[in-house]
Amino acid sequence: MAIMNVNPTRMQLSKLKKQLLTAVRGHKMLKDKRDELMRQFLDLVRETKELREQVERELENCNNHFVNASAVMSKETLDGSLLSPKQRLNVEINSKNVMSVEIPQYETGARTSDEGDIFPYGFAFTSFELDDAVQSLDKVLPDLIKLAQYEKSCELMSAEIEKTRRRVNSLEHVMIPRYQETIKYISMKLEENDRSSRTRLMKVKDMLLDKAHHYSA
Amino acid sequence: MAKGIAVIGDSESIKGFSAVGLDIFPCDDFEGAGHLLRRLADSDNYAIIYLTEDIYLLSEKERGRYEERLSPAIIPIPGVRGNQSTGRKRLSSFVEKAVGSDIIFNN
Repeated sequence: MAIMNVNPTRMQLSKLKKQLLTAVRGHKMLKDKRDELMRQFLDLVRETKELREQVERELENCNNHFVNASAVMSKETLDGSLLSPKQRLNVEINSKNVMSVEIPQYETGARTSDEGDIFPYGFAFTSFELDDAVQSLDKVLPDLIKLAQYEKSCELMSAEIEKTRRRVNSLEHVMIPRYQETIKYISMKLEENDRSSRTRLMKVKDMLLDKAHHYSA
Repeated sequence: MAKGIAVIGDSESIKGFSAVGLDIFPCDDFEGAGHLLRRLADSDNYAIIYLTEDIYLLSEKERGRYEERLSPAIIPIPGVRGNQSTGRKRLSSFVEKAVGSDIIFNN
């Protein structure tokens, strides 16, 4: 591992030691964040998987109903019946913070006061297959919205986990070893300087003694 | 702020959704789909945009811009032509991105 390009001074040494301490603490915290996010993400994914399988089954069912309806009604009547909807679904987006990831929470509200009032047509000219189809679709709608919430959360959380994992890895395998090596390099260099000045002093002392008293140790 | 829900797809698959209060955008030519998606997503009037699987697979480039945003959520749903398991693959790609390998769907 390459050491940093720094001057081997005591100033630098104490600065680097402080930085190392911060890096280690940051690493520990990010690792905890990653683990907790991962735990929540995996729970959410399992739930989403089941919800999606269920929703897809129900949607297939709805589609079958619509195919039945279009078999007994003319295309024009069918399209005309669905053309002017009574309801319009409004969604309020609130966000929830999970380990610094903003995930959406949807709250739905219908425009008409009666939520059961879903059929946008009179019953005189339409077949009961169409009623079945619309009703089944209405039933799957809350799950469909929940699915959107779950899947968006999964998407956002997976992106955050990837980012956090990269940060943890870069701290663990690059930053922290580099700090440690640089600290080691500086302290060795300082010790070396220390030893060399000590021997120099001893030598000077010997020379002075020899000069003054013709005394050699 | 209250937003709506949009559905984009072939008219056969999505016409029922208008009855239950969603805004439908029939799109039978697939070329206009990406443009339509961008228009809806940028208008910021929709919290959720459902796409049928055919449209979802064709609009990969346009979808990328909204991946990291809170809204809108772009979600694939199966159309009348049957399930192509796009949703499952999508979920599996999230797991792969987060964990490194797919540990939920590989059985």
